[in-house]
Formats: sequence, structure tokens, C-alpha cells
Amino acid sequence: MAQRAQAAQHAAAEVHTGHPTPKTYFIVAMILSAITAVEVAIFYATWLGYGIIPVLAVLSTVKFAMVAMFYMHLRYDNRLFSSLFVGGLALAFSVVFALIGLFRFFV
Amino acid sequence: MAQAPAVPHGDAADETTTGLSHRKLLMWAFLGSDCMFFGSLIATYLVYKGKSISGPLPEDVFSIPVTSVSTFVLLMSSMSMVMAYSALTRGNIKGFRIWIMSTAIMGMTFLAFQTFEFRDFVQEGLTPRTNLFGTTFFTLTGFHGAHVTLGVIWLLSLFFYSFKRGGVTAERSLDVDLAALYWHFVDIVWIVIFTVVYLFGVFEGFN
Repeated sequence: MAQRAQAAQHAAAEVHTGHPTPKTYFIVAMILSAITAVEVAIFYATWLGYGIIPVLAVLSTVKFAMVAMFYMHLRYDNRLFSSLFVGGLALAFSVVFALIGLFRFFV
Repeated sequence: MAQAPAVPHGDAADETTTGLSHRKLLMWAFLGSDCMFFGSLIATYLVYKGKSISGPLPEDVFSIPVTSVSTFVLLMSSMSMVMAYSALTRGNIKGFRIWIMSTAIMGMTFLAFQTFEFRDFVQEGLTPRTNLFGTTFFTLTGFHGAHVTLGVIWLLSLFFYSFKRGGVTAERSLDVDLAALYWHFVDIVWIVIFTVVYLFGVFEGFN
């Protein structure tokens, strides 16, 4: 009962300030640490073979997104900020794939 | 004698046509452009990966356990940075000072790990001039290290500035918000570098 009231208070604080509370920041940090530990553990799981690449890529993307959404407040801020950042990110990905394509497959 | 009205700072001063702070908008534009900068460096690393004709190669020099610890330190520094910002917005200047100093210390710890790693690599014969791996690796991680160094200087400046009356206040929290955005960006770039350069770097099938 008390826990539920505390959770409601916590959620209300988030809505009121428009930013996460310290508790949310701490939980996100714990999740990020756990994902990093899983990444390192997977790295030593040699039986995964080539499966290691997509698994690590997904975990890394999850970490990236969590920091951007919660710590950089993109989840709570104006969408124009997200557009500027995601636009740059999309261009960066284009550069990566274009360069790899040019120098790896068309030489 | 009538006193001049107090000039609002930070968020309060930002009355723009979009309703958004121009400084914050500019910071996001900068971060978007920095994505392209690091994107091209990572792409260059990947293009030349496995093309070195002589060693040392990633599997000869990388120590995943050591780099995992430095990655953990940088992730935790991101948490302490948001804690500093959160403390400031609640008007807790003492808490702000503690958290921002913790962030700067963790940033310096990360840099110490990187210096130790670079020294170790050089002792093992890997320099920027040794092979393609050395050139692309030192360029990419060196630029990231330079970003971290700039971030640490920024954080320490905010810490010392907070002792000046009215220097760092809840009303001027945007100053800290901008530094925090930069710091988190440095963190997310490292998340990508750790996976692509270190973890994929040692994996034999990724060439």
C-alpha cells in the first residue's frame, strides 16, 4: 500500500517537473550497468558464433537510446531537439554505410 | 534612486519565436553534427579493419576487462551528471557541487584508463604510424578522449563558478543542462566505440 503511494508520488513528480526523478535516473543507471555486464558476458560466449554481432548491436542500441531518452531528456523535451539529433544521427549512419559500401564492396 | 530591473538569465531569458531556448537548440544542432564527425571516424575504422599487413592487431592488444571497467565508470558519470542537474533544479547547490565534482572525477578516471591503455599499446609496439589499425584506432579514440577532456574542463569550471554568488543557480540551470547534454553525448559515443571497436574488434569473424 505504502509502496503504491510512493510510486504514485514518484510518477506525479515526473509529470509535474517534466523530467525524471533521481530514482528514475538511478534505475536507468542500474539497467545500463546490467546491459554492459551482459555485453561482456556475451563476448565470452564463443558458442554464439556470428550471432554475437546482432546481439551486441541490439544491446548497444538499447543503451544508446536509454541515455538519449532519459539522461538527455529527449523523451520529455520538445520534438525539435529530437529531430535535430536524429537527423544528424541518420546522416552519420548514411556516411558509415556509404563509406563501407564504397571501400569494402566496390573496390 | 531607482534600481535597474534584474535581467533574467537562462531559461527565463529565452523568449523566442519557437518558445525554445536558442542555446539549447544550437547545442542539439552541434551534437547532431558531432554524430557525423564520429560517424565518419568509425566508418574509417571499419573500412580499414582487417587490412593491416603487419601487427599488432586488435586481438593482440585489447584488454576487454580493463575497457569494461572504464566503460562502467563513464556510464556512472552520466548518472552523477543528471543527479547534479536534478539537485540544481531543486535548489540544492551543495548537492550540485558534490555530484558535479563526482562526474569530473569519474571523467578524469576514464582519461587515466585511456592514458594507461595508450601507454600499454605503445609498449607493445602499436603507435598511430605502425599500421592501419593503429592510425584509425588512435584517431578515433584520441578524438573521443579530447572530447572527454573538454567536458572535464567544462564541469570543473561549473564547479568553481558555483562558488561565485549567483554564478550557478536554479534559475540559470540551462548552463548546466548544456554541459550535461555534451557529457551524455560523450557517453553515448563511447557506448558505440566500446561495441564496434573493442568487442567487434576482438571477434575474429568480424573482418
